[in-house]
Amino acid sequence: MDQLLINPDYPHILSTLIFLPLAGTLLLLFINNDAFARYWTLGITTVTAILSIPVVMAFDTTTANFQFVEQYSWIQSLNIQYVIGVDGISILLVMLTTLIMPLCVLASWNYIKTRVPAFMICLLIMESAMLGVFMALDIVLFYILWEAMLIPMYLLIGIWGGPRKIYASIKFFLYTLAGSIMLLVAIIWLYQTNNYSFFIPDMMWQDYSLTAQTYLFLAFFLAFAIKVPMFPFHTWLPAAHVEAPTAGSVILASVLLKMGTYGFLRFALPITPEATTLFMPYVLWLSIAGIIYGGFTALAQQDMKKLIAYSSVGHMGFVTLGIFVLNIQGVEGAILQMINHGITTGALFLCVGMIYERTHSRELRSATGVGKYMPIYVTFLTFFALSSFGFPGTNSFVGEFMILAGTFKHSIVLALAAIPGAVLAAAYMLRMLQKIVWGGTDNPDQSWLQDLNVREIIILCPFLFFVFWIGLGPQPFIDLMHISVTNLLAQFHAHQGQAVAAVELIFH
Amino acid sequence: MQFLPELTLLGAGLVIFLLSLGKTDIDKMKTFAIILGTITFGATLLSWDQEGTLFFGSYQVDLYSQVFKILIAGAMLVVLILGRQLKDIKKSVHPEYYLFLFISVLGLMMLVSSIELLAIFVALELSSFAVYIMVAMRNDSGSSRFQMEAGIKYLLFGVTATGFMLFGMSYMFGLTGSTQLSVVMSKLSYMYAQPAAIVAILMVLAGFFYKLAIFPFHFWVPDVYEGAANETTAFIASVPKLAAVALLIRIISMVNGEGQVIVNVLMACAILSMFYGNLSALIQTDLKRLLGFSGIAHAGFVLLGILTFQLSGYANAIYYISGYVVMNLACFLVICSITSHGENVQINDLSGLHKRSPLLALTLAVALFALAGIPPFVGFMGKFMILTGALKQGFLIMVILAALNTAIAIFYYLSVIRVTYCSDPNNHGRINSNLFTKTASIVLMLIIIIMGVIPQPFLNFATSTVQAIM
Repeated sequence: MDQLLINPDYPHILSTLIFLPLAGTLLLLFINNDAFARYWTLGITTVTAILSIPVVMAFDTTTANFQFVEQYSWIQSLNIQYVIGVDGISILLVMLTTLIMPLCVLASWNYIKTRVPAFMICLLIMESAMLGVFMALDIVLFYILWEAMLIPMYLLIGIWGGPRKIYASIKFFLYTLAGSIMLLVAIIWLYQTNNYSFFIPDMMWQDYSLTAQTYLFLAFFLAFAIKVPMFPFHTWLPAAHVEAPTAGSVILASVLLKMGTYGFLRFALPITPEATTLFMPYVLWLSIAGIIYGGFTALAQQDMKKLIAYSSVGHMGFVTLGIFVLNIQGVEGAILQMINHGITTGALFLCVGMIYERTHSRELRSATGVGKYMPIYVTFLTFFALSSFGFPGTNSFVGEFMILAGTFKHSIVLALAAIPGAVLAAAYMLRMLQKIVWGGTDNPDQSWLQDLNVREIIILCPFLFFVFWIGLGPQPFIDLMHISVTNLLAQFHAHQGQAVAAVELIFH
Repeated sequence: MQFLPELTLLGAGLVIFLLSLGKTDIDKMKTFAIILGTITFGATLLSWDQEGTLFFGSYQVDLYSQVFKILIAGAMLVVLILGRQLKDIKKSVHPEYYLFLFISVLGLMMLVSSIELLAIFVALELSSFAVYIMVAMRNDSGSSRFQMEAGIKYLLFGVTATGFMLFGMSYMFGLTGSTQLSVVMSKLSYMYAQPAAIVAILMVLAGFFYKLAIFPFHFWVPDVYEGAANETTAFIASVPKLAAVALLIRIISMVNGEGQVIVNVLMACAILSMFYGNLSALIQTDLKRLLGFSGIAHAGFVLLGILTFQLSGYANAIYYISGYVVMNLACFLVICSITSHGENVQINDLSGLHKRSPLLALTLAVALFALAGIPPFVGFMGKFMILTGALKQGFLIMVILAALNTAIAIFYYLSVIRVTYCSDPNNHGRINSNLFTKTASIVLMLIIIIMGVIPQPFLNFATSTVQAIM
């Protein structure tokens, strides 16, 4: 229990963050009024966002312990607790979630026209579950929220989605659920082995046999790699992204994908360090495959949402690359890049959604040459596109730079293999940007298009703010995670033990 | 007082019988039946802390039996409410239908208290024969005699299973010279090395496997579910399973875990039930058949809890079957409410249900997600407890296979939810449900959620219940 820090100034702040959105759904169950549902949900998510600010303000950057911890017994006979807390790895993800939700509500303001209260209920339940996943320190609590989140997300895609929503939503659900089934078995096994405790810090840094670690790692890998998604497991992502409503795409890209990479950092590395070392080369090359594959596929897309979805595969490849080079630059870059991807890709999906609300088409062809009539829109779009391929001065540059620096330290071959991915990102993003801003001689008539209204500008401004803040002054963000990451890697290298020897024997 | 619930049921049956002799207003009688059901439920609650032995030691009244009686009476009440209209049963036989329903429940209540082989047999037959007739009481649609086929199938399979059971009982008597369950089991425990003892125990269990629909005694399930009226299926799918689990636990808790052969056979039955049920359910288009196959799979899970031979395992099994009954009744509530004449429900008939009746659609979705084992509903907690208990005993392979089954099962549950939520109501009109149905669906949903989120009190209760017979 010495890994926990109970912060007396803010006794129930994290629980408030989790349960406020859930409590907000109660009123929506009884009041069936569209306008009220919109304002109420916006209010609830905004209050949650404001309440999360003290957490980051009071966060102690000098300790790797879990902070703001709350601990209650939940199911005594199995020793399951309700215990939550944040550390340097999860705090940024919590902030990302709370800050992005009000913007998702705003983005659905006019887009969602049918069954508005039900939509808002789904959004609020999603927020509670997502925050809970990042805060949970009991592995059963984590698993319950991780699975429970599938239901509202399934409904978001399945009810309010596009033409192929049925296919997309079922695929999303089945892939994720099938992936996490073995995680459940792994959880129960860990519970038995660790003296009947589901407490996550109790499971870390134990000396499990290499065989056990291998099976555990495979169970973790299947669950998390599907969620990320890593290269051969990515096929659910484009379908889900394309069919989901804008808010759904944003939540999916900004928060849900991060749960996979968060899972690697929280579970795979600390619980199975030796197996991680063993499997590291394969995971790294899968990441490279994802980066290159995502880039080439994005280059060929005519559908803007699909293009961004495949670019996500590439970007998340960079994140897993950073995590599995297992050095400080790599991991810190990966965490920062998780946030960056959430900001940039979320913003890009919002931009596509805004065009879609006007033209009712996601085809690149029908959106060519809008620059002349929507100057504000293309200004925003340009910044986010530049950010997406890591232009210096924007947030992704910092993240990708750190990841590549870490990769160079690990292996030059690997780093050289990743570089084409960065070039490809520039290629597909500039291609899209060029078509949308200028197009060609055969542009459709776009003169009827209205530029962004105040609401839409308000949605995009916070994204732009963070693009430049992280791009120009990333130090505060890195400070938040530094101690936790250092601690994680120090412990990791101490526990690599024999596995390293074995690997070195094989590779040298 | 100790015999109060049974007497109430018997009285209720007699009252209905007397009413059926004269010319009675059918609608009034239905309300009357619900009132009688409520009284029975009240009677079980009143006598929950009774203890004692009746009928020369063949009938045990203890916390264990009384809790199961409460569950049975509660489930019966829900069946009465959701099947209030008896849409597909001939008007003229409605009183008799209720008579048989009460008689069957009476048999089940006697079953959970029976601790003597012949009493078990009599109680089981009393409950079964009433149901055989209820199955065949459906209207003859299109003169295909569908319901007769179902009734005959149910009867033949039932009689076969009973035959197995009686044969096993004769072995038990032959080996031990007694029909008292406790005497029989304690004497048998010295004979686990002998094939005769193992055969005897397994054959007696066969009778309950049939009720619970565990492989290889499941063959009646799909056709009977499909052929019986919706209300009858709701009854068959829920109430007898409670009693079957009660007796299975009573018998198995007396077998000690040394009987390795028995454990192996039970394991094989559990796993085969799961795979058979889930794989067959994948291709069903009739909702009742689908639920039937899913019930086979769930019975496998219950058996996985029981075969740990641990107190906690029995408690988990009780928790699981109670949750299963609630989820199942919620599904049947929707099935009974959406048909206009009580016809069978194809999955496609549910299309656009979320627009036709949002509450029923939500009820169905919650129940199916729960059956699929998605948190935070009771289905997940039950599965989680059972898997944890099984792994504690070292059944790693079993746990992995059971977990795989969860992944298979999600597909067919999801395909029903998909039709409910993601398609348009082509040509299907709105469904107006009355206050009774609405209240019942909200209550069932709340139970599903509360049992899933706060399982501890329920588990404690289940544990203390089981302790009463250990």
